[in-house]
Amino acid sequence: MNTINLTLEVWRQSGPAADGGFVTYEANDVAEDMSFLEMLDLVNEQLIATGEEPIEFESDCREGICGTCGVMINGKAHGPEKATATCQLHMRKFDDGDHIVVEPWRATSFPIIKDLAVDRSPLDDIVTAGGFIGVNTGSAPDANLIPVPKETADAAFDAAACIGCGACVAACPNSAAQLFTSAKIQHLNLLPQGQAERWKRTEAMVETMEQFFGSCTNHGECTEACPKEIPLDFIAYTNRDYVKSKIKNRKLAGQS
Amino acid sequence: MATTMSRPKPEPISKPPRQLPFPLSLYQTAVGKKWVMALTGIGLLGFVLAHMIGNLHLYEGPVELREYAETLRDIGTEVIPRTWFLWGFRLGLIAMFALHIHAAYTLKAMSVKANPSSSVLDGTKKYEGGQDFIAVNFAGRTMVASGTIVGLFIVYHLADLTWGVLPWVDYERGDPYHNVVSSLENWPVALLYIVANILLAMHIFHGTWSLFQSLGINNPRYNGARRAFAGSIAAVILIGNLSFPILVQAGLVDEDNCTAPCGITGEEVEAEEAGQ
Repeated sequence: MNTINLTLEVWRQSGPAADGGFVTYEANDVAEDMSFLEMLDLVNEQLIATGEEPIEFESDCREGICGTCGVMINGKAHGPEKATATCQLHMRKFDDGDHIVVEPWRATSFPIIKDLAVDRSPLDDIVTAGGFIGVNTGSAPDANLIPVPKETADAAFDAAACIGCGACVAACPNSAAQLFTSAKIQHLNLLPQGQAERWKRTEAMVETMEQFFGSCTNHGECTEACPKEIPLDFIAYTNRDYVKSKIKNRKLAGQS
Repeated sequence: MATTMSRPKPEPISKPPRQLPFPLSLYQTAVGKKWVMALTGIGLLGFVLAHMIGNLHLYEGPVELREYAETLRDIGTEVIPRTWFLWGFRLGLIAMFALHIHAAYTLKAMSVKANPSSSVLDGTKKYEGGQDFIAVNFAGRTMVASGTIVGLFIVYHLADLTWGVLPWVDYERGDPYHNVVSSLENWPVALLYIVANILLAMHIFHGTWSLFQSLGINNPRYNGARRAFAGSIAAVILIGNLSFPILVQAGLVDEDNCTAPCGITGEEVEAEEAGQ
């Protein structure tokens, strides 16, 4: 088994209001087959053994599908590998003797809880505002009762691949959540099941997003950082839907 | 018994929009403002392109350039008094500038608030350890800076060749050829025009690509052409606009080279206007 030795510079911050700063750690004998999070686990074990406070970071599934993990690694959200979440980033992508800077996501609406863990609940607020559809309750409907063209299903699935990790906000120089929000809007707006609430959803989710995050300047940094490679196209679809929603919802104004 | 830890939720950093009537309700939001940025950007881009093409009359000579300038004032004289159309056009431009600048300012303020450690001109300071950008290009990052500098340059440009108030330019009302040559013969002025037009081309490059996204004009079949289109527009405008200061500096556009009667004097203009 090949091992490498690394120097880590990790952001340590004891609480939301505390001052933070970088602390340097030596991570020695890191197996190349470890994931980035397992490497942090290894460092934490050493820290615990010496009686120090372990580095706080978030993780859950560790197979790239839950969106819980995520840190800035050498100035890139989720590290240097494209379409890879932090948990799926393997240490073989680094060289022996590398110097790695690890920093939490930064945005006003992502306050640091501790060390590398940030509060991403504004993303939940955006979904709560309109990320749902109305269905009849009762017995389960027959499969394929509603025909969906293959292309539409594929496009909706591309949007639904969003795991909500917040890397798009972290990578964006404006801290805009456009990619997350447009993915969450479009995976419903594209499908027949999402049509009933389409215009209310678009308006509500965009306006909730704008209460927390910055404005999109179409840099495209979010797509590059996204572990699921959500394309920028969904932002364009959402911009179009939003203006339509303003016109259509106006007609409904007297009724709601 | 289980205890729960309560932690204050992140508070919204902006208030929800008030309920205003339709077109205003759109402009209250960032996505709506981006629509306004894109639409006014298209208008201003059209002006810049037409301005550059019109200015190519410089290469025909002083008489033709003056004729072109007078033609602009004559548009619509069949229906409305002379220069009214031109003034309507100018008011439209001023309105578009005002909206473009206001939207840019408020959108930037929103982004700065969403990201307190970034500065207005440059957002790279978001991460203490630095951020390694992948997709962001220089033109996109410097939109506020290039826009501000180009805006200030436009004020200089108006003072230089429209109002004629700069003491170092021998301004003759009604003789645009002479004014252009007299202004751009100074190398610092020519340099200012060159730098400002490079910034303008950068601004146009990002803006032209970005407006497709902002307006939601997105079709997988044509998406690949959007960057190329933005690059072409920016390049055409850059080459056209840079040719004026460079050729004047090179001495290829000079009042001495005139084949037509050069240097229409102020008296001749007054005589002509009196004669109308």
